[in-house]
Formats: sequence, structure tokens, C-alpha cells
Amino acid sequence: MPAVQDTIDRVRKIDVDQYKYGFQTEIAMDKAPKGLSEDIIRFISAKKDEPSWMLEWRLEAYRRWLTLDEPTWARVHYPKIDFQDIYFYAAPKSTPGPTSLSDVDPELLKVYEKLGIPLREQEILAGVQKTDASELEEVSDNVYKSGRVAVDAVFDSVSVVTTFKKELAQAGVIFCSISEAIREHPELVKKYLGSVVPTSDNYYATLNSAVFTDGSFVFVPKGVRCPMELSTYFRMNEKNTGQFERTLIIAEEGAYVSYLEGCTAPQRDENQLHAAVVELVALDDAEIKYSTVQNWYPGDAEGKGGIYNFVTKRGDCRGDRSKISWTQVETGSAITWKYPSCILRGDDSSGEFYSIAVSNGYQQVDSGTKMIHLGKNTSSRIISKGIAAGFSQNTYRGQVSAHRKATNARNFTNCDSLLIGDQCGAHTVPYMEAKNSTAQFEHEATTSKISEDQKFYVMQRGIPEEEAIALIVNGFVKDVIQQLPMEFAVEAQKLIGISLEGSVG
Amino acid sequence: MLEIRNLHARIVDDGTEIIRGLNLTVKAGEVAAIMGPNGSGKSTLSYILAGREDYEVTEGDILYNGQSILEMDPAERATSGIFLAFQYPMEIPGVATMEFLKVAMNEQRKARGEEPLKIPEFLKRVKEAAASLSMEMAMLKRPLNVGFSGGEKKRAEILQMKLLEPKLCVLDETDSGLDIDALKIVSDGVNALRAPDRAFLVITHYQRLLEHIVPDTVHVLYKGQVIKSGDKSLALDLEANGYAGVIGEAA
Repeated sequence: MPAVQDTIDRVRKIDVDQYKYGFQTEIAMDKAPKGLSEDIIRFISAKKDEPSWMLEWRLEAYRRWLTLDEPTWARVHYPKIDFQDIYFYAAPKSTPGPTSLSDVDPELLKVYEKLGIPLREQEILAGVQKTDASELEEVSDNVYKSGRVAVDAVFDSVSVVTTFKKELAQAGVIFCSISEAIREHPELVKKYLGSVVPTSDNYYATLNSAVFTDGSFVFVPKGVRCPMELSTYFRMNEKNTGQFERTLIIAEEGAYVSYLEGCTAPQRDENQLHAAVVELVALDDAEIKYSTVQNWYPGDAEGKGGIYNFVTKRGDCRGDRSKISWTQVETGSAITWKYPSCILRGDDSSGEFYSIAVSNGYQQVDSGTKMIHLGKNTSSRIISKGIAAGFSQNTYRGQVSAHRKATNARNFTNCDSLLIGDQCGAHTVPYMEAKNSTAQFEHEATTSKISEDQKFYVMQRGIPEEEAIALIVNGFVKDVIQQLPMEFAVEAQKLIGISLEGSVG
Repeated sequence: MLEIRNLHARIVDDGTEIIRGLNLTVKAGEVAAIMGPNGSGKSTLSYILAGREDYEVTEGDILYNGQSILEMDPAERATSGIFLAFQYPMEIPGVATMEFLKVAMNEQRKARGEEPLKIPEFLKRVKEAAASLSMEMAMLKRPLNVGFSGGEKKRAEILQMKLLEPKLCVLDETDSGLDIDALKIVSDGVNALRAPDRAFLVITHYQRLLEHIVPDTVHVLYKGQVIKSGDKSLALDLEANGYAGVIGEAA
């Protein structure tokens, strides 16, 4: 291939502008004026038809936020955010609140269709088709039983639709938008909201508490195994808006729920802010599995545009023998600042964190977890796989601590980083603190490069370069992919392949 | 099938010339043995044939079925039918051997414009090939070459060769690290693949392998050149008298 053509092709491939979800939809929007003030918060609260206690809660958070400074300890660099230049509320005009599927603006349904998200229940009922049989025999033992997923779709600031509500209600499960929960189930919201991530927690969580617009609410009562996967898709569409979602999941005694969130946004030259808070509460013997496939727009090849993702996610293993498991596949965002954590309060409780963070172009990722051991015989497990390509910086930051009373706390941490090319960086920053002499913490970390030897070997079998890299990378992240619900495992593998396209050179 | 003409090649990093005017012709159906002392350029030759980027061809050409392959990348050469059985096969963590085989076979089919193999057909082929090499199917669920013994790695190489059905098979020191039983299994595997439309380039340091894979021609490589060619008796001669005599003749 002549050098010029080669260069053109390569540059085109490197361009993260190939971002598949980068379209914008023209939908009439109902917006609050730009900027942030007590009036804006009153506006949001009124739009949501909220009770006065909720407004007070928001205002208190806002007043506290005004006294806080933006944190600077993470290994990410970005210009100062002008909070007066952001729309804090934007909702599709035709959808003032959650409605049934038949009431939803067809334009909106088209958006979700374009994203490949099945909202139509009949489609979902048909089951999710398996597209890949690479696991061969293993697959058959593993296929997700019901093949159905209930979806909550959040478009900018509001939840537009939640599917399978009736069927879930029969099982006693509440799955709705947080706005609806505030109106319909105030006693539950009052009891649990802010009980894991208090309004005073950190700069972005406090901001979120003041201005959060929508998100999902899940309540699984005592002894109930949620009959299907629950899922929320977040879409940021409107220009200059921030998305501040708030998700609250409660699993009562002996309950089980598996929840997945997916995120996409249009490609824009400006940066957009996403500051979410997710709270999980697991009572005695309850289990919550929370999976994320985050694919926000990462910015273009020069690092222009992209989402700033500042997220606080925390699970509270409040009951004995409870279990919370976080699995995340992070491929998008210009900046990721995110540490899904577990408070292991109940005796014999356990927490898990499985993470794949892929960065390419000029993306900056600072992500990891906190495992806070408070109860007796608590255990935690951290498996983190960072993959850095292009000019990106990828940092794992994790904290494991054992309280004075946390006898026999156990942790296993494994952080592996893979570098593709020599312009990127991978960093591991573990903090460990044991105040109890019976604690056993293990930490393993490796950093490797995809070696030329490996790549040559794979290519020698007839596998083209990009596929060879994808194959090696997918092998590298296998341990984590296996933790994802079946349907999403295939999707995640593909996503990782796409994110790394053009990283070879 | 393979014609190497006055080939000169050097290491890209430091410019050291390893291959210095090498000429070699291998016909379809032929088994050619390449022998030579350490450092004569045997392994380098196998890498250059497979298209490793660490080496740069500065002069001469490599013709495969009459076409130069110098501009082709390793994957293109592989799909055109060139296979290299590595002396030190690479470990690919997290990728089950079975999955790797499927990807490789289907990528090659894709390059030839064929449909991917149906799963039952794929499994049938793998089972047959594995059985002929005395390999357990359980082993194929393990990540490729990870934790494999030396013998298992070499068997896995021959398994891949069998399944990919290449036309030009380059075996780089396939006998190194094999005990006599494993050597027999691997050699039987290679012999079973001998065919009128397939050629082999068997690179080895010792005559031992050639007792099992009997070559049609033997070529002695020294300082990046073929200094002597002959039939299988040349290998026996080298075994008895060492390389010194041949090297002396050429000098």
C-alpha cells in the first residue's frame, strides 16, 4: 500500500470519531435555564412534582456544595468546569414523566432502536439471540434462563419508559424511575436515599444530591429472587446538558437482584458532565449484582469533546451474609473518575469488584474500588484489568481497609495492566490499611505489553492484526467478562474490540 | 513451490546481516531439511519466510508459487498457505485452545471467501486431529500453550498445522525439548500430512528428527548461505563427521 494511502487509512481508524452512537436526535426539549442556583433546584423539584421534604433535602445539599472544592487528587487533568454554563434539566417535551410504552414519542423509541436497546416487550419476549458460539460446549450450561430483561430508559433528565412493570409487580418487585418512587413510595425513598452515599459525601455526590433529575429505583422485598435481569439505559442527547442520575437499589432479607446499566451519548466538540450517584443496600442474606457497560462518547482523536464522568457508586452490605458484586466495563468517557465500593458492615458479608477499563486516544481513566471491612469474617475480591492504548492514561486506585473489630477480614486483589503501544500509561495506586491483626490482604499487580512475539504468533495463524490484538485483549479480560450476564458478555467483548480499533501502529 | 533467490536480510534494530545471499528451491511434495550449526541463520530464515517485522530484506526475493511474498504481512502469508511451527510457541492467556483454533480456521476460510465452519463440523475435525496426536480434548479447553509442557506445545503446533492444512510447512527445531515418545507422535503427525501438493521445510540441528521425518533433500546453512545440498545421506555424513568438514570445503 502506498505510504499516503496507508497514513490516511490509519488516521481514519485511529479517529475515535468512529464512535457508533455519536448521532444526535432532534426532539423538542423542555429545558431549565442554564446554570445553577436555588431557583433552578426549585424548578427541577417542581417539574418532578416532588414533596417538600425532597426539595429541602436538595437545597441542603446545594448549600453544602457551595462550600466544597473540586477534588484534585485523581490522576486526571481537565479545564475547570463552568457550572453556570450547563443545563441542569432537559426533558423531551412529549414525555413529562414515565408513561406506558404506547404513549412514548415514536422518535424516542427510534433512538433506542438505533442504539440496539429492545424496549418493546414483545421483542424481548422473543428472547435474546445468541450471536457467538465461541465458548462451544460451555455455552449450553450457561445460557441465561429466561432471556428477558426489564428496561428503564433514561433520556437526558427523565425516565421515558420502564418495561415489564406489571410482571415485576406480581413478584413484589418495584422497578421504576426514582422520580416516580419519590411520589409513589416516599417511605422507602426517605428511609434509604442518602443512607449509603450521604449528601455530604464528596463534591460530585453533593452536587448530584442537589440536582439529580432521574435514575432508577429498585426494591426487592424479603425472600424474593427478582425474576428477570433489570436494566437501565442512560442516553445524554441534549447539548450542554449535564446528566445527574440517581439510582437506588434495595434488596431486603434473602432477596436477589441482578442489574445492568448501559450508557451512550452523541459526539460533540464540547465536554459534557455526567455525575451520577448509585446506592445499593443489601440486608441479611441478600445479594445484589450490579453490572455496567459504560460507553459514553470518549472525545475525538485529538482529545476534543467527550464526557466527563464523575460517579459515586457504593454498596452497603448492611446485613449479615449479604453480598454485593460490581462488574464494570468502561470503554467511553474523556475522563472517568469512578470507584464503585462496598461497605462490608454485616458479619460474613462479601464484596466483589470486577473491572475492565479500556482507554484509547486521549482518554483519562482513574478508577478502582474501596472495600471497607467493618464486620467479622468479611471477605472481598478485586479483579481489575486496565488496557491502555493511544495516548491515554489508565490508573487503578483502590483502597482496602479493615476496621479494629473486623476480625478475619480477607481480601484478594489482582490488578493487571496491558499496554498497547508506547505513548500510553498504566498506573496502580493501592491503599491498604488493617487495624486488626487477623486481617489477611493479598495484592498482586502486573503490567505487560502485548509483545511482538505474541502478535506475530497469532497473525502467523492467519488472523489479521486488529483481530489478533482483540483476541489477545479478550483473553486478558476473560476473568471479568465471565462475571457479566451472558447477553452482555458478548456485547462487551465486541465493544472492547471496537474501542481498540486503530490502536495498533 | 518455494524459490529463495539471493536473499539478504538484516535485523532492523541493529542492522546486523544474518542472511547473506541465500538460494534455495523447494518443490511441491518435497521434504527439505535445513541443517546447520548454531547461529547459522536457520531460525531467522523461518521468521523471514513467515514475515516477522524484526527483519528487513535488503536484497533478493522470496517467491511462493511464483509470486513474491515480501510485501505480504504475516496473516496474509498464513492465509496463502504458509505455516510456521514455532520452536518456542507463545502462550496466549485467557484464550482457550479450542477458541483459538476456531478463530484461526475461520479467518483463513474468510480470506479464501468460504463460509465459517459449522460448529459440529469444526468439532469433528478437531476431535479427529487431536486423537491422531494423542491429545485429550480436555487439554484444548485450556488457554493456548499456557502451562503446557514442551511436548504438549509441540503437539499443539502440529495440531494447528493439521487443521489449517497449509501448503508450505516450516518446522523450526520441532524436535527440541521432545522425549523419544513425543518425537514419534509429532513425526507421525507430520508424515501423515505429506502430500504431492505440500512441501516441508524441516529446520533441525540434529539428524535424530530426520530418522523419523525422512527428507528428500538436505541443505546445510552456514553464515546465512546454503553451502551444500544433497540427499538424506548428507545428513548422515554430518552426523558422523560434524559440520567442520562441510564448512571447510565451502571456505
